Amino acid sequence: MRPTACGEPASKGAREDCGGAHPHFLLDVLRTQDMSDFSEELTRPESEDDQEEASTVSGTRVYFPWLQKHLDTVATGGKKKKDFAQTTGACLSFIREALLKHQWQQAAEYMHSYLQILEDFDSNQRQTAPEIIWKLGSEILFYHPKSSVETFNTFADQMKNIGVLNYLKISLQHALYLIHCGKLEEASRNLSQAETWRYGEKSSSQEMLINLAQAYKGLLEYFSWSKKKMELSKLDKDDYAYSTEARNIFSHSWKTSVNFSALIKTPGVWDPFVKSYVEMLEFYGDRDGARKVLTSYAYDEKFPSNPNAHIYLYNFLKREKAPRAKLLSVLKILYQIVPSHKLMLEFHMLLRKSEKEEHHKLGLEVLFGLLDFAGCTKNITAWKYLASYLRQILMENRVAWVQEEWKSRRNWWPAFHFSYFWAKSDWKEDKDLAYEKALVAGMLLGKGYRYFRYILKQDHHDLRKKIKQMKKSVKKYSIVKPAV
Amino acid sequence: MELEEAKELKERCSQCDAISWGLTEEGKYYCTSCHNVTERSKEVINTDIIPNTKIKSISRGLKRKSKLEKGWDWYVCEGFQHILCQQAEVLKTLGVAPELKNEVLHNFWKRYLQKSKQAYCANPVYTSGRKAQVLKDNVHHSDWASGSELLSDASCASSLESGAESKSDVPTPKPFPALRTPQSESRSVPAVAASVCSGSLDGMEYSEWKEKGILKMTVPGTLALCYLSLLWQREAVTLSDLLRFVEEDHIPYIKAFQSFPEEMKLYGRDKGIFAIESWPDYEEIYKHMFEIATFLDLPRFPDITEDCFLHPNILCVKYLMEANLPVLGTEVRASHTPDEMHGLTHQVTKMTGLGDVDSLTFDPIAKGAQTVKYDVQAIALIVVVLKLLFLLDDNLEWSLSDLAEVNNEKNKTDKPWFSFRKWYQVMKKSVDEKKQNWEEARAKYLWKSEKPLYHSHIDKPGASKRREMVVNLQKQFSTLADSAPTIEKKSPSSFQFHWAEDDPSRPCFHGHSLQGILVKKGPALVTKNSLYWLSTQKFCRSYCKHVTTYEESNFSLSYQFILNLFSFLLRIKAALLHDEVSLIEKKLFKKKYSETKKNSRSRRR
Repeated sequence: MRPTACGEPASKGAREDCGGAHPHFLLDVLRTQDMSDFSEELTRPESEDDQEEASTVSGTRVYFPWLQKHLDTVATGGKKKKDFAQTTGACLSFIREALLKHQWQQAAEYMHSYLQILEDFDSNQRQTAPEIIWKLGSEILFYHPKSSVETFNTFADQMKNIGVLNYLKISLQHALYLIHCGKLEEASRNLSQAETWRYGEKSSSQEMLINLAQAYKGLLEYFSWSKKKMELSKLDKDDYAYSTEARNIFSHSWKTSVNFSALIKTPGVWDPFVKSYVEMLEFYGDRDGARKVLTSYAYDEKFPSNPNAHIYLYNFLKREKAPRAKLLSVLKILYQIVPSHKLMLEFHMLLRKSEKEEHHKLGLEVLFGLLDFAGCTKNITAWKYLASYLRQILMENRVAWVQEEWKSRRNWWPAFHFSYFWAKSDWKEDKDLAYEKALVAGMLLGKGYRYFRYILKQDHHDLRKKIKQMKKSVKKYSIVKPAV
Repeated sequence: MELEEAKELKERCSQCDAISWGLTEEGKYYCTSCHNVTERSKEVINTDIIPNTKIKSISRGLKRKSKLEKGWDWYVCEGFQHILCQQAEVLKTLGVAPELKNEVLHNFWKRYLQKSKQAYCANPVYTSGRKAQVLKDNVHHSDWASGSELLSDASCASSLESGAESKSDVPTPKPFPALRTPQSESRSVPAVAASVCSGSLDGMEYSEWKEKGILKMTVPGTLALCYLSLLWQREAVTLSDLLRFVEEDHIPYIKAFQSFPEEMKLYGRDKGIFAIESWPDYEEIYKHMFEIATFLDLPRFPDITEDCFLHPNILCVKYLMEANLPVLGTEVRASHTPDEMHGLTHQVTKMTGLGDVDSLTFDPIAKGAQTVKYDVQAIALIVVVLKLLFLLDDNLEWSLSDLAEVNNEKNKTDKPWFSFRKWYQVMKKSVDEKKQNWEEARAKYLWKSEKPLYHSHIDKPGASKRREMVVNLQKQFSTLADSAPTIEKKSPSSFQFHWAEDDPSRPCFHGHSLQGILVKKGPALVTKNSLYWLSTQKFCRSYCKHVTTYEESNFSLSYQFILNLFSFLLRIKAALLHDEVSLIEKKLFKKKYSETKKNSRSRRR
């Protein structure tokens, strides 16, 4: 599985976005469906506490209605299901249907009846119900035209106090909703409440949620901090207000770092938190602290593989002007995870500058690898680098390297990059790109190839000189021996 | 009780400044106006006031108990009696003769109490500390054999009347003179034991009561008893009608205990006895009815004659009208064969002997006694006639429709010929709509009573808190629902469909004629179709009690549609109707059945 776009980070990158409460909701509801269907027969998946895992698992689940029916009768021992359960079951499917069709009023109508599941004589049902109700209800209230922040708040507050299992989760999602609505202060107050909430012994799932609540609070504090920093940058240093503002900022950072540190230590994808944490650390000159955070985030094996972690580390090291070898080792890992990332161009240049021969060879591989992706086909820098590097390598008589790379691409690159269609459209859209590609095509496929020939034929006065040069280099350096 | 306990905390809420505290399930204080839960818990505060918390909690427990004892002492059978009373009252408002309650139902109930040895006998069985005083003057012990005697026992009827009446109107009722006396006598013994796990005095014993030959009353049993009395009175209510009235919330059943007087506390074991979480099922109630009738040892019921509503001749007309089939054919040709369907059902009834008084009248004591499912039978008769006329092989009915439509096109002045296709289109649409509404109404049904039911005292605050929460949440969502009222309660009617001649959305086929389907042959009319197929070739002889199996996909689509349509009207399973159709066919083609088992048979009328 390779990502298709060159400029985009891998899929995991932007999941925990600060303003991203909105897409979160629908996803959650869809997940509810899977869970409620299966929760009756199968014990709930253990990964339920771990949200990351649950969401990836649910995507691959297959749903068989007939199997469901069969399981139902097995579970009840052939006994007829009570009509009460039928009512709530039917209600649930009506609500789902209404949600899918965006009929919020109807969904609310069925919700009215579905709520009675909270009084089910079956205590199992009673315990699983609040979560489902919360997810469906918050979805309805989120979109319903007559709903308001107040109604959402009362609903959330009511749901928090049903049982104890859901308090933290609901608090957290409530806060996300408030953030989405721009009510940052209220959200922060909510998070503080969740943070101090305790029930019984602290279980691992509880701890995780408390950490998350803390971290979100930290994120909110970071937000106001960076706003203040912006204001500060506008102020004159000699201004008398400057020193008080600066002091304010200092007191902030101390609190915030406490909020982040607990969460960041637990394995997971915490991009926005790590990013803001590092920014603050750097601002106060704690480079060692920042480096430590980033290094463990990128290299700790307990953490899931995350391209952004390596990108953050690379950017940090670059700012620090770290030695080339260090930069290369970071990018090498990124190259293995996302060979289509735009940083690969920087990687190539670093490799080219290196003294080692194997680095030079890798530099060629990186460029070929980058251009394998559809999202990068129009990246002119990549083509420019490839053209000049190919020339250089062929000049150095290392045809074997080129041939090695070309072997696996011979079958599909001509159609993928160098078709007649592309020649025409590239020329029309971007003459420089067409020129670079033609040069590469000429070197790889010989001067008789149609892409090269098409560009050659175009008579353009600006490029005339360049094209002449191209003709010369191709004649000289092509891996294809001209048929005599 | 919650609020009372929480009054000790006089602090202002940190969130909203209100002083209104409640206790959470974990014993922590929460603000009732903004739902902010504090860190402070009940125990912590108590130690400030009273050093020994244990004493406090014990005294609280005692207080609770005494509060609860304010409720009446009542027995489970009184609960059923109350439900029966309510049901009978509603039946009366539906137009059933008033004697039903005071004479028939009351006598059945008394007889039940006596037979199950719960009252009106020397030694009530299952209650240990209870001695029922027998009102020997009022009850006849042995002479229940004849129906006239049963009905003439009017002296007791008045007592039920007065008891029931006072219950609904006056706050201090005297439920049943016969039952009240023992309560006061033996009060101390069961009261302590009972109040622990049930609101009624004998809820515990009743739920564990198992005795051979005794039929325990249940809530579905009350419906069976109601139906038995309706049948005795030969009222114009079928079992499916009765159950539909229950479903439409006209007859108290699911939350019937809700209307018990405030003082009749209901919890613990009572929950299992009175709380119902399913709709009544036709076959289940039918079975109950039969069991109760045999248990009560009832004599032969009044005869079902041709002028009774339950006689197939009349019921068929009712269902033909309901199903929008030709029924208004007043024209009588040379013979006595009218050209509408009613004549045909009449004939089939006659040929099969289903209209005989003896086969229709219920006689529980007779050997091999069986009640007739009047409504299912009448519908099955209609299905058989439809098969006779249209064959329903997914072929003939459509070609006959073509004929009818061509004729109607040409001849617009005469009575239109009945077209199966047109009828199908109208019925399909109407039934689908009705079914959709029905499913939605079922999904929206609220099962839980306003009074929460709980297992025990420990459970009670939780249950009432849940109730309160559900009510609050429901309030919130109902303001977001469609502004139009959800479903207005329909007034009870024995008809579910209404067809009108001049309404294009619900066209009426009652006045259409069967010309083109019937052919004149001499003085008589004969069906144009001379073929027939049997619904079943083999009858099941095992103990499963099903006459036959119905595998939908084995049958023609038209047949499936018709079975589904009618079984929806009666709210029964299609298989049950299929069974009944097979039984009628068995009678109708008796000879053919014994001769051979060929699939399709020709028949001459």
